[in-house]
Amino acid sequence: MATYSTNEFRGGLKLLLDGDPCVIIENEFVKPGKGQAFNRVKLRNLKTGRVLEKTFKSGESVEAADVMDRDLQYLYNDGEYWYFMDNDSFEQYQADAHAMGDAVKWIKDQDVCNVTLWNDAPILVEAPNFVVLEITDTDPGLKGDTSGGGGKPATLETGAVVRVPLFVQIGEKVKVDTRKGEYINRVKD
Amino acid sequence: MKPLREKLLARAQLLATVRQFFQRRGVVEVCTPVLSQAAGTDPSIEPLHTRYTGPAYPQGLELFLQTSPEFAMKRLLAGGSGPIYQIAQVFRDGEYGSRHNPEFTLLEWYRPGLDHHDLMKEVAALMYACLGEELGVEKISYTELFERQFGWSPLQVEIRQLEDTAVLCGIETGNLEYRDQWLDLLMSLVIEPNLGKQGLTFIYDYPASQASLARLNPEDPRIASRFELYYQGVELANGFHELADAAEQRKRFVAENHQRRQRGLRQLPIDENLLDALEQGLPDCAGVALGLDRLLMLRLGKTTLDEVLTFSLTKA
Repeated sequence: MATYSTNEFRGGLKLLLDGDPCVIIENEFVKPGKGQAFNRVKLRNLKTGRVLEKTFKSGESVEAADVMDRDLQYLYNDGEYWYFMDNDSFEQYQADAHAMGDAVKWIKDQDVCNVTLWNDAPILVEAPNFVVLEITDTDPGLKGDTSGGGGKPATLETGAVVRVPLFVQIGEKVKVDTRKGEYINRVKD
Repeated sequence: MKPLREKLLARAQLLATVRQFFQRRGVVEVCTPVLSQAAGTDPSIEPLHTRYTGPAYPQGLELFLQTSPEFAMKRLLAGGSGPIYQIAQVFRDGEYGSRHNPEFTLLEWYRPGLDHHDLMKEVAALMYACLGEELGVEKISYTELFERQFGWSPLQVEIRQLEDTAVLCGIETGNLEYRDQWLDLLMSLVIEPNLGKQGLTFIYDYPASQASLARLNPEDPRIASRFELYYQGVELANGFHELADAAEQRKRFVAENHQRRQRGLRQLPIDENLLDALEQGLPDCAGVALGLDRLLMLRLGKTTLDEVLTFSLTKA
C-alpha cells in the first residue's frame, strides 16, 4: 500500500480518504510557534466531485489513491455502459452513467476524452472542452437576422440543448464550449 | 523604484527602526553563537544540525543551529548583562508554508525587573514604532479566550468535548493523542484567524502544560506566565516571565525529552551551560521573541513570507 506523508502534499496529489479517491486542491501548513503542526487540505472527491476540507497532523501518512488520467477514444454506448479505448494499447474501458456525468451530453463516437481511472476503472469522464455538433431541432427563426441578439434553444445531435443565435438552422454544425454549455460559432464543413 | 530594491529597503528600514527603539531605551544589542552543542527540547520544535571537525574536536562534533537565541541570552543575563536584545537568524526543521520558512529572523529581548505584563506594554510600543500607527490593545487570558469562544475552560476540558467542538467548527481530522494538540488545533484554525483584527491582541496566562520556559503563576500553578501577540490574524510574538529555577528547568527538559521519546522523536542534549547559569542566578526578568519577517509582511500589507524574504527555502 503506497502512502504519502504530509510533507509530500501538493496540489494534484491523489489520496484515498474514507474509501474514495480525492485530489488535493490546496495544502496549507499551519503551526503555532510552540505547538502542533497541521496540514489543512482542501480536496475534491473524484467520485462525487464534492469539495471537502481535512486537517492532518503534520508527519501523518495517508494512503495514496491509484488514480491516473488518460486520453481515451469514445467508441459506443450499449445502453448501460459507455466504451472507451486507449489508442496506444488498444485496451478498452467501460464507464457507467455516474462516471460519465455531464459528458454524455456532449460526446459522440471518435471523440477523445480525458478519463480518470481508479484501480483501472473509469470514475470520471470529461468531454473535450470544445465539440462540434449538428443541430437536429430548432425553431426556423428569421433567416435575415445575423445580429446574434436574443437567441433560441437548439437541440444537438447528442440530445443536448444550447442557446444559439436566431440565424442558426437545423442541419448546421455549431462549436460549443462544454464547460459552460455555450454556443461559440457556426462551423462550415 | 525597482521591486527588489523596495523589498530590501523595507527590511533595512524596519531593522533601523528596531535598533533605534532599543538604543533609546538603553537595551544593548548582542550577538550569540548560531551553533550550539545543546538544543531546546520542545517536542514541537525540531532543530537542524550540522557537524564541525577540526582543532579541538578532531573526531568531529555535532552542533545544533539555534531555534532561538534564548539559552545563550539567558547566560548573558545571569552574567550581569542587563537589558539586552538580539536580531537573530534562527532555524527550525520541518516548517515551511505561507507563514513559515525553516530559516527566519527573530527579534528577541530581555528586561530584568519586568514581568510579562510590563513587557506586553513595551511590545505594544515597539509595534507602534514599527507600524507607524497607534493601535488599540486588547488583552485577554488564554482561559477567558476559550471560555468566550466555546463556553468551556481549557484548564478542565475533556478530550471528548474538544473533539465535539472541532466537529461543530467543521474541522475534519483524525485522532489527536494529547489535549494540547486539540487546543492547538482550535487555536490555529478557529481562533487565531480572527485575532488582532481591530488592533493588537495579547493572549496571556497559558495552561501550565504549555508553559514552555515561563514560570508558573505562584497563586495558581495551573497557569503559566506566558503571553503571545496576534495582529491581523497572525501570531507575531511569544514572551515569558522567565523561569529562573534551575531544578524546575532541568525537570522540564527531562520531561520534554521523555515526550520526544514517546512521539518517536530524537532526544536532544540538554543545555548544561544554561542550567549552570540559572544556578548562579538569573535576574528576575521577562523576555519575548518576535518574528521580524512576519512583522515586515504585515507592515507592507503582504500575505506570505515569500514576498518579504530575500530568498525563501525553495530559492535559497
